[in-house]
Amino acid sequence: MDGVAKTEIIPVPRELAVVYNRADRIFRRIVTSGALTSLILLGLIGMFLFVKSAQIFNDRGISFITGSNWTAGSGDGVIIDDFSIGPMLTGTILVAVIALIIAMPLAIGGALYLEFYAPFRIRKILNALLDLAAAIPSLIFGLWGLAVFTSFGERWSVLLNSRFGWIPFIKVQNEVFGRSPFIAGCVLASLIVPIITSVTREVFSRTPRDLIDTCYALGGSRWGAIRTVVLPFGRSGIIGGAMLGLGRALGETVAVYLLLNIVFRYNFRILESEGGNIASLIATKFGEATEYELKALVAAGFVLFILTLAVNMLAATIVQKSTVRK
Amino acid sequence: MSAVVIETNTAVPVPTTPWKQTRRKQIVSASTVALSALIAVVIVLITGFAGVDGWAFTFLIVSLLVTAVRALKADAKVRKEMFVTVAIFATAALAFTPWMSIFASVVMKGARGFRPNFFVGDMRTTIPDDELNLGGAGHAIVGSLMMVLNATIITLPLGILSGVYLTEVRGRLTFLVRFVVQSMSGVPSIVAGLFIYTTFVNYTNSFSGLAGSFALAILMLPTVARTAEEVLKLVPDDLRSASYALGARQWRTSLMVVLPTVRSGLTTAAILGVARVIGETAPLLLTSLSSNSFVFNPLGGPVGSLPTYVFGLLQIGTENSTNRAWTGALVLMLLVLALFTTARFIGGKDRR
Repeated sequence: MDGVAKTEIIPVPRELAVVYNRADRIFRRIVTSGALTSLILLGLIGMFLFVKSAQIFNDRGISFITGSNWTAGSGDGVIIDDFSIGPMLTGTILVAVIALIIAMPLAIGGALYLEFYAPFRIRKILNALLDLAAAIPSLIFGLWGLAVFTSFGERWSVLLNSRFGWIPFIKVQNEVFGRSPFIAGCVLASLIVPIITSVTREVFSRTPRDLIDTCYALGGSRWGAIRTVVLPFGRSGIIGGAMLGLGRALGETVAVYLLLNIVFRYNFRILESEGGNIASLIATKFGEATEYELKALVAAGFVLFILTLAVNMLAATIVQKSTVRK
Repeated sequence: MSAVVIETNTAVPVPTTPWKQTRRKQIVSASTVALSALIAVVIVLITGFAGVDGWAFTFLIVSLLVTAVRALKADAKVRKEMFVTVAIFATAALAFTPWMSIFASVVMKGARGFRPNFFVGDMRTTIPDDELNLGGAGHAIVGSLMMVLNATIITLPLGILSGVYLTEVRGRLTFLVRFVVQSMSGVPSIVAGLFIYTTFVNYTNSFSGLAGSFALAILMLPTVARTAEEVLKLVPDDLRSASYALGARQWRTSLMVVLPTVRSGLTTAAILGVARVIGETAPLLLTSLSSNSFVFNPLGGPVGSLPTYVFGLLQIGTENSTNRAWTGALVLMLLVLALFTTARFIGGKDRR
């Protein structure tokens, strides 16, 4: 301004030499060991379940995963023990995928509404309710599904069957529509919608305001801003939320137990009233299981553990990436 | 400020909000919605389309049609915007309906058995189908609270330690610990129960309240650890620097400066953890089972709990037992609500 060239001195932070004394080192060690409990615990869970079920995997090999029989032997050798979880494994995935397919659009729509469409006061109330809804025990969802939703679900099933019966997986063999994977999937969907919505809304709310305003300033509509800025920005958050929801749906016990008939037959017809998942299998058979059957249940639990752990690790990686990039 | 403006005689621009809807537009949209709702009612009444869901579906179709009519004179961009708005409102309504319905049905159906004896009585001399003024769930409530309390005592130190590790100590394993905590939050509840069953229950040879507490602790730990980390992150770095500048070592800084400032935040972490596990049913079926009377000894055999109480009654399925189950569900919901309100209240104090 005044014609004198200014040399700017940029202060460089001094390197801090950290010296930990003995008390510090002890403190750090205690904290570290405390923080590592979760790691050790996770390892222990996997190890114990595997050790307890090793005999089953040894005896049955791969047919434990693929077979479709769950027969407890009679002890005197007339009926042989025969345990395998094929239909339960596919049932677990089937129900969870139905839930996710239904929940995803709803959760994204709900999050967009909360973040961009709802008036301020309604948004505040709904956000508080959303937190609460995400904490409703799954037992209550099961109760609600049983007493309230099933009648709606059955009516929709009848409608779906009569209109779209020509699609193979919607066709039914018996015209009984209660307790089907579809109904269980719908209830699971309503269970994971609050979870996915709150994760997605969180990510949407982190969209840089400038980018959205820029979009408006260029003449973009609200939908234009959402489509070109918010959704691409929040993509990894959406995927992470979806994986969290999927993990939750895969491991759900009580709601599925209350809403689905456990039948040991491969079933991909979503309206048929048979199915089941691993978690509800464990809850069903646990009470009157024999020694060997218990081991089979633990083995089933191990398979479920690995399945959900894989999904959740994927989710954790995706979510962590998305938060780091912020 | 204002004096300066008057002196220099500069016109202060009043902020305008051109995007804000005018009163006329608001009335038009409101009347559109009301009109579509009315038409939907008429259609449902005439065609005999079934129930609430039929009405909602008709309503959606009619509003799309009305939007289409209104959009005739708009240009392409505005037209798209209108349709998307209708679609988002519809999906949001659909997303929020289930839990609204849950809140409503739990309150309505649970209120019938919501009487004093529900909180003090137990089911020792009552069969589930007895009148609702007999028996109660006192034993279940006490059992639940006891197990959750023990679980909190186990989890809270561990959760705080991992929070401190992630924010204060920041060792080499930071990434790994965060990752493990994240993925541990997805361990299915029944797997946690199964783990405690194969270890603790097998070795002590009995189902017990303590086993239930352990199972709940596994499920609680990730929530507490993550919330503790979030809370500790909020502590300004200046505070730590100031403490170091006064010559305090790291352990003193962490223990005597950082942790006390977030005391209420850590309470929130514990409360959120409790809210996460108070309704867990599956792990308790495998670890603490259930009982019909008050049990106060954590190692004294099966203990009743609210979720297993509801679950057991549901399987009996007679009218009064179902009513009891709904009341149990209502109490559970109220507990979660109370926990959340407390957490919000305490957390709000922290942010001030």
